[in-house]
Amino acid sequence: MDYSNLRRQAASMKRGLFDQGYLDEQFRQVEDLQDEASPNFVEEVVVLFFKDSAKLMSNLEQALEKYPRDFNRWDAYMQQLKGSCSSIGASRMKIECLSFRDNCGQGNVEGCMGSLQKLKREHALLRQKLESYFQLLRQAGPAGAATRPVM
Amino acid sequence: MASSCMGIGGEGSAPAAPHVLAVDDSSVDRAVITGILRSSKFRVTAVDSAKRALELLGSVCGLTEPQIISRFRNFRFLCCIACAITYSCIGLQGANVSMIITDYWMPDMTGYELLKKVKESSKLREIPVVIMSSENVPTRINRCLEEGAEDFLLKPVRRSDVSRLCSRVLP
Repeated sequence: MDYSNLRRQAASMKRGLFDQGYLDEQFRQVEDLQDEASPNFVEEVVVLFFKDSAKLMSNLEQALEKYPRDFNRWDAYMQQLKGSCSSIGASRMKIECLSFRDNCGQGNVEGCMGSLQKLKREHALLRQKLESYFQLLRQAGPAGAATRPVM
Repeated sequence: MASSCMGIGGEGSAPAAPHVLAVDDSSVDRAVITGILRSSKFRVTAVDSAKRALELLGSVCGLTEPQIISRFRNFRFLCCIACAITYSCIGLQGANVSMIITDYWMPDMTGYELLKKVKESSKLREIPVVIMSSENVPTRINRCLEEGAEDFLLKPVRRSDVSRLCSRVLP
């Protein structure tokens, strides 16, 4: 098994995520917190993020139906979601959150619906890409070897 | 959570790392701030509400002293006395917290309200309180600083923000 090749692939995958704007600098900040005492910190936070954001989006979808045109309420949900995206560096998702909040501000229901759909798509995309990335990291070698970002 | 504030060791043992209380209703943000504080070698207790923070701080039943006094005739006050006696007996007072770092915007009680309660309490007022917020609102920041906040951090919080702060605030 060529571990160094796998590590290179993982690094390249991650570089791609940054280059394509899926992730921003805050993700590196989170990676920096991973060490021997918390060897799986990044993945744990990412898993927590996807669980949390899925729930928030689901609550928001229900609110869109149950409280029509309640832009303040919708915005409050989105503020929470935007906060989480920001904390882990989920950049493209954050952009859709901002777009949703703009639409709320303009009282644009269709715009809100559209933003939410885009957000869900970005959520699914990022989840899939990060899952592949972590899987590759696991194959690439023991946690100690994969701790320091290769970039 | 309770075990981390048991005042382990007490007088005469080796100095423990400073104990920081982190307050944030977002589970993701709690995980990140905990990670940041732990990587800077602090002991961390993270709670999801100001109410829980006050309970941990030993501010009996979530009330500050002025409130306890004003509810003198309330039955809860009797329970509070019982709690206070228990807490003092097992040394949980203040839970040995060296710093509080709290999100501003939380449902039920905001970080600002928590700050006020801490500063109103003669037992807790010396504990530095740092506020975090994702929104850069100058009036909000000023209000917090005027109320006695040690600092105001913009989210997303980075390790460098916290280490700069801690070296200033903690021994």
